[in-house]
Amino acid sequence: MKIPLSRIAHGRSGDKGDTANIGIIAYHERHYPILLREVTAERVKMHFGPFIKGDVERYELPNLGALNFLLRAALGGGGTISLRTDAQGKTYSAGLLRMEIEVDERELGD
Amino acid sequence: MIRIANGQGFWGDWLEAPVRLIEGGPIDYLILDYLAEVTMSILQKQKQADPNLGYARDFPPLIARVARKIRERNVKVIANAGGVNPIACAREVRRLAPDVKVAVVLGDDVYARIDDMLARGLELRSMDTGEPLSSIRDRILSANAYIGAIPLAQALATGADVIISGRCADAALALAPMIHRFGWKETDWDLLASGIVAGHIVECGAQCTGGNSQVDWTTIPDLANIGYPIVEAEPDGSFAITKHPGTGGRINTHIVKEQLIYEIGDPKNYITPDCIADFTTVRLRDDGVHRVRVSGIQGRPRTDTLKLSISYADGFKATGALVYSWPQAFEKAQAADRIVRARLNQLGLRFDEIYTEYFGVNACHGPAAAPAPDPAEVQIRIGVRGHDRKAVDRFTRELIPLVLSGPPTGTGYGDGRPRVRDIVAYWPALVPREEIRTSVEVVQ
Repeated sequence: MKIPLSRIAHGRSGDKGDTANIGIIAYHERHYPILLREVTAERVKMHFGPFIKGDVERYELPNLGALNFLLRAALGGGGTISLRTDAQGKTYSAGLLRMEIEVDERELGD
Repeated sequence: MIRIANGQGFWGDWLEAPVRLIEGGPIDYLILDYLAEVTMSILQKQKQADPNLGYARDFPPLIARVARKIRERNVKVIANAGGVNPIACAREVRRLAPDVKVAVVLGDDVYARIDDMLARGLELRSMDTGEPLSSIRDRILSANAYIGAIPLAQALATGADVIISGRCADAALALAPMIHRFGWKETDWDLLASGIVAGHIVECGAQCTGGNSQVDWTTIPDLANIGYPIVEAEPDGSFAITKHPGTGGRINTHIVKEQLIYEIGDPKNYITPDCIADFTTVRLRDDGVHRVRVSGIQGRPRTDTLKLSISYADGFKATGALVYSWPQAFEKAQAADRIVRARLNQLGLRFDEIYTEYFGVNACHGPAAAPAPDPAEVQIRIGVRGHDRKAVDRFTRELIPLVLSGPPTGTGYGDGRPRVRDIVAYWPALVPREEIRTSVEVVQ
């Protein structure tokens, strides 16, 4: 079945220049494998479409049940150059948590 | 165990936070982070206009307000409030609070040494684009090295009540008292990394105590009186994150995780002036109410380089907004955008970028936004940037006329026409570590 990522994870996002970082954290560590399988760099890139001009890289933090994504050329130039209201990517984590993921009901265990 | 509290996540953070940390319970050190990347260029401009300015002007009055209490309670304050003029900042603190002993850390500011570095063959290439600094030499506004915790710890060793630095790594503010009090060595990589992780967790103030948290945010108690974070640091590198009793907010492992992954790159290689910290080794455990224990952190040797934060002038920009109401608010706003662009085009104006956002539709998330069918109102915000100031200025006159000459129900122009702003861009570069020599000065 399809669920929004927000059902099993929370997160926070920010900036370094024109690169946005989105941290996504499983509420329960048993759901971390779902994040690993469903929330790939490619899917994050697709989710935001032309909003993100560059590549997306993914890093794993199994100790926190978390993934960190770096989205390059993602903030309209970043910092003071950007004409975007959210030039710091503060809302990007919420934007990513809307993404629909495919899970087996038994995997959720709740 | 020592208690290190952070009362300022950026310049402009809650003014009451540092005072409440001092008055609300025991702390040994109060750290205050004032400097964002663009702050340095603003301060450099202030210093050029007046050689007695160029520092965080909120800081001296704060010290004057808490001077008696920090001396009574033996709380040491460590702040990067010095900006591009730490000495002037220290003098102003002394003028307002004559009983306070102040030490400054110098050596981060390399603005006056840029030509010398370039002449000696250091290219100072941008870490973002790879271009050499010479391409923007005549537009540089400020240049500072991120310094680490060791010079800050040396300043603490003078016995000063208040330590003022310029540009330093944010997390170094928290690490410095641990080095000073626990006698950690420059090569104790795991211990230094532990202090850096502690600093990273608290460096954005209340973001680790329930502020800006997505975890059950509606149930987080009393954000109006949120407690700012306190690190309870142990000599073995382990520590707890907590806050004063009776304050608002919440601390648990979920919330600390949110801050751990905030604004990091490769979590195995969190590079700082003092060490490389491995965030994949962090262990968190809830340890009672509003207390998270952190341990297990591993570090690796520091790199041979330090990061420079260089700012430079990069043209002009302006943004302006109008609001359109239901019905067809989005369609009206889109029509307004087409009209503005057509009029700018007819004037023959050229910009590096014209960017339009629709609030209430998709401004924050773009294509990832939730559908918003026929919203009650939509705000359109149009921005331009370019190197021709006149063109940007002409743009600022093209929005408000739409209220009479564009689609119906346009409003929200009460702030008048937009302001043209200078763009100050950021140029991160690396320098060999030995280029940066710090020193400590006690200001009498």
